[in-house]
Amino acid sequence: MRLELRGITKRFGSVVANDHIDLVIESGRIHCLLGENGAGKSTLMNVLYGLLSPDHGEILIDGDPITISGPGDAVAAGIGMVHQHFMLVPVFSVADNVMLGYEFTNTVGLLDEEKAAKQVTDLSARFGFDVDPTAIVEDIPVGSQQRVEIIKALARNARVLILDEPTAVLTPQETDELMQIMRELRDAGTAIVFITHKLREVRAVADTITVIRNGAVVGEATPDASEADLASMMVGRTVQLTVDKADYQPGEVALRVRDLTVRDDMGREHVKGVSFDVHRGEIFAVAGVQGNGQTELVKALLGLEHEVSGAIVLDGQELLGKSTKEILDSGVGYVPEDRSRDGLIAAFALAENLVLDTFDRDPYAHFGVLKPRVISDKAVSLIDEFDVRAQGVGSPASSLSGGNQQKLVLARELARPLKLFVAAQPTRGVDVGSIEFLHERIVGQRDAGVPVLIVSTELDEVLALADRIAVMYRGSVVGVVGAETSRDALGLMMAGVPVDEALQAAPTARTPGATA
Amino acid sequence: MTSTVAAPDVAESPPTMRPWVENLVLTALSMVLALAVGAVLIAVSDPDVTSAMQYFFADPLNTFEAMWTSVSEAYAALFQGAIFNFGADSFSQGIRPMTETLTVAAPLIAAGLSVALAFKAGLFNIGAEGQMLIGATCAGYVAFTWHLPGPLHLTLAVVAGIAGGALWAGIAGLLKATTGAHEVITTIMLNYVARYLVAFLLTTAAFQRPGRNDPISPIVDATAQLPRLLGDQFRLHGGILLSLGAAVFVWWLLNRSTLGFRFRAVGANAAAARSAGINVGRSIFQVMVIAGGLAGLAAVSQVLGTEKALTGGISAGVGFDAITVALLGRGSPLGVVLAGLLFGGLKAGGVTMQAQTGTPIDIVLVVQSLIVLFIAAPPLIRSIFRIRSGGIGSMQMSKGWGE
Repeated sequence: MRLELRGITKRFGSVVANDHIDLVIESGRIHCLLGENGAGKSTLMNVLYGLLSPDHGEILIDGDPITISGPGDAVAAGIGMVHQHFMLVPVFSVADNVMLGYEFTNTVGLLDEEKAAKQVTDLSARFGFDVDPTAIVEDIPVGSQQRVEIIKALARNARVLILDEPTAVLTPQETDELMQIMRELRDAGTAIVFITHKLREVRAVADTITVIRNGAVVGEATPDASEADLASMMVGRTVQLTVDKADYQPGEVALRVRDLTVRDDMGREHVKGVSFDVHRGEIFAVAGVQGNGQTELVKALLGLEHEVSGAIVLDGQELLGKSTKEILDSGVGYVPEDRSRDGLIAAFALAENLVLDTFDRDPYAHFGVLKPRVISDKAVSLIDEFDVRAQGVGSPASSLSGGNQQKLVLARELARPLKLFVAAQPTRGVDVGSIEFLHERIVGQRDAGVPVLIVSTELDEVLALADRIAVMYRGSVVGVVGAETSRDALGLMMAGVPVDEALQAAPTARTPGATA
Repeated sequence: MTSTVAAPDVAESPPTMRPWVENLVLTALSMVLALAVGAVLIAVSDPDVTSAMQYFFADPLNTFEAMWTSVSEAYAALFQGAIFNFGADSFSQGIRPMTETLTVAAPLIAAGLSVALAFKAGLFNIGAEGQMLIGATCAGYVAFTWHLPGPLHLTLAVVAGIAGGALWAGIAGLLKATTGAHEVITTIMLNYVARYLVAFLLTTAAFQRPGRNDPISPIVDATAQLPRLLGDQFRLHGGILLSLGAAVFVWWLLNRSTLGFRFRAVGANAAAARSAGINVGRSIFQVMVIAGGLAGLAAVSQVLGTEKALTGGISAGVGFDAITVALLGRGSPLGVVLAGLLFGGLKAGGVTMQAQTGTPIDIVLVVQSLIVLFIAAPPLIRSIFRIRSGGIGSMQMSKGWGE
């Protein structure tokens, strides 16, 4: 089977998300769509899956044009999609989720659970999925949930399987397993479209690579292309993928966290008795798969959680129990994990966003009266210093790209002298070109002697920046290890394997040295 | 690695309007459309037209003539009653409609500012009506019970009115800030509490006018009345100046003060405001207090300027019209002033229209409501007039119920 997209164009208002894209997908191949966030990969696949209708262009299967006006048509044409955010009913069993919408019924019209379960078992056995059809979806790990999505597509006879950023929610080991599954499916004759922005994964699994930039196909590449080549195709210029750091010379302990426990309003513990120290002049990275308590940990440090116990001491000063304002004023810089929700006010001008936490202080205000002149002058210089590409300081933050929004947040937080810098997911959803810049600035703080705490789910980022790494799993710190720890050992720890076992199973690959 | 660059032959997309121009165009078109629908209603409700329609097929022209006469006369009367009476004997009589418009607009503007300010902080203040009632009660009580020298008495009465409104809205603000109770519900309920509280007070010796059995207070002291601006032949009083002053104050508050910055930040994105160290609960309480004070100022206009005595109907529905004024004004102080003047004119002109042409004043209400309805649904106006979207979605000023 051969699926062909010809001249697909999709506009949103004045934005051209897809610009005359041509793509050929063939069975038995893994086709990677590589591009930055916002390059138009997901739009293209949503067009293919019938969730969006293209303004121009046509879709052909084996040379015959077809019309796809909804997911139903796509499924009928043999196209299956695994979305970045799973489309599963959490309280249903695996088998029920798989047959949802295509239910098996027996002679009297009741659901045929047995047949549904058998279908799941058969498909699992065929591809080595190890999924229990009777398990409730919300009880199984994220990696297994993803397999349920794949089974769902296969159960509907998908001959083309689209995987939209499938590795974002997985541990490195789960990612490896997924890649194995992809290879098996390919060998069984399925065409796979793998959407990602992670270069390492592309090189590991792809047969064909198509790079998309600004809504247009900018080129094809083979899996033996170097990461640097792929990155420069993706970004449109040469990119430095490694970060230059000065030698690790930790100062005294600045932040001391002891036995920190965070509960939510329902009384569930999200952070369970976590303790660690952060030294001056070091980058302390908290690694882990999304949703293992990192978010709550950071919020607790900033006074944004209610039910917190333990101790958070910065330079001898207890932060626990203080308001967010007091904590920020005492010299903590904070880059929130979700920039559009917590970091910026989209409707506010750049200049206003740059003083979001200092607007009521000298020199930006005096006796409760703002000084627009001072605020806008400061904004002009910060935007220049942090290379924020914008129309002007009066334009709204929503007019910026993700990378420039993140630079804006960073500019605000680094504009004042800091005693501690906390950055959660500092480069999530940011283009490769901006990542380079953001990393430089973060390392700059460390080199200037500021203690830096980074939370990241991207292992590449953790390894690029960290001096010491704490791995969190289910609210606890599995262990604190040195930066030389191997990717495999960290991956095992992210899956909850204790630190000793992990280090034994996957011995240190890089230069041995300091550990926990 | 091969590299092929796609041909950049993107079709020119038609130019889109700047947001504020689009706003203005959409507002103007909404008014045109509302007046058009109003015209249909005027035409079909006119007895001359209905009788002409009985022989429509014999003489269709006659029906259209009757329609034209009916609509044009009604709208002409509306205009003359709102802005300038060309048939008047003297210039001073000619401008009387304009002074009436300003008199009616004064409380609409102040109360509209109350709702608009709350919008900016993400709150939907449905309670301007109740806040006005309490404000009017406080202002009225000071004005007819105490007997003080002129300027001092007026000042105290005005302050009491503002404080009364602030107190009433402050309750809703406090409940929202501390318990999360939704302000839409609390302000609506406080409207009822205020209405029956005032009804009760007007039966007590402290508030009821001696010698009267109906619920009306004594006339406010002359020392506490808002001065008439154009002499005793016109009703126009200082309330309009207070309202315009309030508009300037609200503009300054929102754009130049740190307090207003906080309000806007909380309204635009409470999560980001909280992460930046802003105390969201306190801001909500403060904005409600100030919004209530503005509603109180509207009440001051009514009780110390227009009516000069406290009655159960002192707020005259202004607190509810204020919501439409704020929506029409798109939450900006200047917009609220213009919308308040428009609604004041429609109200003042509607009276004349009814008196001169017999067209029911309810048509004015229909027109007012339709204007806001059309404005709330920009896609509708766009599809009727075939305007391309410049990115303005439907009006969303307040947060949802879940917040």
